Amino acid sequence: MSADTEEAAALTGLDNLENGPVAPSGRSAGEIGGIVWGALWPKVLAVAIVLALWELVYLLNFKPHDILPGPAQVFPDLWSQLTHGQLWKAIGITLRRAVVGFALALVIGTLVGLVVARVPPVRVAIGSLITGLQTIPSVVWIPFAIILFGNNTTAILFMVIITAAPSIANGLIAGVDFTPPLLLRAGKTMGLRRFALYRDLIMPAALPPFVAGLKQGWAFAWHGLFAGELLVIVANSPSIGTLLSSDQDQSDMTGVISLMIVILVLGIAVDMMFNVLNESIRRRRGLAPAPSSARSFRFGTAVR
Amino acid sequence: MSTTDQDARDGQAPAPPGGPAGSAAVQITDVTKEFGRGKSVTVALDRVSLSVAPGEFVCLIGASGCGKSTLLSLVAGLDAPTSGTVATGGRRVALMFQEPALFPWFTAAQNVELPLRANGVARSERRQRVTDLLQSVHLGGFADKRPHELSGGMRQRVALARALAQDADVLLMDEPFGALDAMTRDLLHELLEGIWRRQGFSVLFVTHEVREAVRLGDRVVLLSSRPGRVLEDFSIDIERPRGIDSGETVERAMQIKEQLNEEVMRHVG
Repeated sequence: MSADTEEAAALTGLDNLENGPVAPSGRSAGEIGGIVWGALWPKVLAVAIVLALWELVYLLNFKPHDILPGPAQVFPDLWSQLTHGQLWKAIGITLRRAVVGFALALVIGTLVGLVVARVPPVRVAIGSLITGLQTIPSVVWIPFAIILFGNNTTAILFMVIITAAPSIANGLIAGVDFTPPLLLRAGKTMGLRRFALYRDLIMPAALPPFVAGLKQGWAFAWHGLFAGELLVIVANSPSIGTLLSSDQDQSDMTGVISLMIVILVLGIAVDMMFNVLNESIRRRRGLAPAPSSARSFRFGTAVR
Repeated sequence: MSTTDQDARDGQAPAPPGGPAGSAAVQITDVTKEFGRGKSVTVALDRVSLSVAPGEFVCLIGASGCGKSTLLSLVAGLDAPTSGTVATGGRRVALMFQEPALFPWFTAAQNVELPLRANGVARSERRQRVTDLLQSVHLGGFADKRPHELSGGMRQRVALARALAQDADVLLMDEPFGALDAMTRDLLHELLEGIWRRQGFSVLFVTHEVREAVRLGDRVVLLSSRPGRVLEDFSIDIERPRGIDSGETVERAMQIKEQLNEEVMRHVG
């Protein structure tokens, strides 16, 4: 027994050596400020440069001012729309469609992806078709959607699903293909079968490419959604697309640019959510360094 | 060289101490394994027969290309022999690889819990079993660490705990300590030997390190290369606990190594 405890003690000693000293996790307010500033200033600078160029074009009278307004006209207009107009309601309608459509695309894309990935004849049959679907420009689906469903929300949801689902399915297929064979062998000898094999091994292994597929699917969904909102006329539901259409009819460029800024900001915000998800997966699996110092943190955010 | 060693070496290829073949934990009979087809066929194993008695620790050694890992895959049921039979008599078989092959999305505890879940062990019982298993490999304090937070030796201990969680009667190990530094490896030899002696399962252990084989095995089976055949079956009767650097171990290893070298030299010309 003494040999056993000696061996245990030696192993513990080695373990402690291997793992090294634990870095203190607390940070001072100054350090946090430094980190935030380090992540922020390149973005602030980039926005400032864009605004300056825009203002410059405006001042050069390149186009009449009502056709190409400057930042000084657009931002007050955007502010008044946010505080007075229907914009929040429109954002709500548009985002609800995006979320519902994307959720349906998620379910459909995942199911189709799983079947294609794991059933060889199905893969041969429709594997390349899925990639083909991705290459169809989203507006091409509009006549199809309107004839099939009519001018209503269903047609718009269809646009979101048909544009997003192929990317989601493809992400999952890629993920399943990248399950390490060694882990599959290990899983099989451990007795993982059927449902447990998917739950504990194949799905977690597929998660990173799957999330990449979600991210791409979201970008496509955003395209499909606005193609739908601009071209499918749904009565009594003032979405962002509807506002955009009516601004176009009134040749209200200030309103158009305001809405485009809203669309850009919403798109970036959702994309950032996917990035946070991605980073947390990478960190949990040891694929990304934990933000242990200001420097690595800055590096990590600067890359994306 | 002591006379007893000489006797052991010159004696008959020892009959497995487990008794009649039917009671062997692993019975490999005339197994041939070929890969590929037609002209490009490779014979990995050629009429290999080998038996491992219950509770016996058998080490397989051989140069590269002797089909050691192929043989383990066959015993694990991951692959089927071209001809011949592999019988384990319905015993549970667990397999450990050179890489820990832990699931990176699970903590150490969840990795060890996995075979328990797959075998339908009740949740309430699982927690205690996982704690005990991690303690048996001296990793009680690392239950919530993920694989990437552990050193190579610690990961391999988690993998050992996970293999033990399968309640196997036969533990197959494919160069499990090959990637570790010498000091860690020596400690893991002690750890493995201790658990094996307490629990009494059979071990079929593949290695290319002759000394490691002599340090651990009741028997050391030497395989030839291309095709793999059983060349020699050495009985190691050095008293346990053994040291990997002890005179007896080193001496016995030298004898076996000579034969291994002869086998390698056969492939020079």
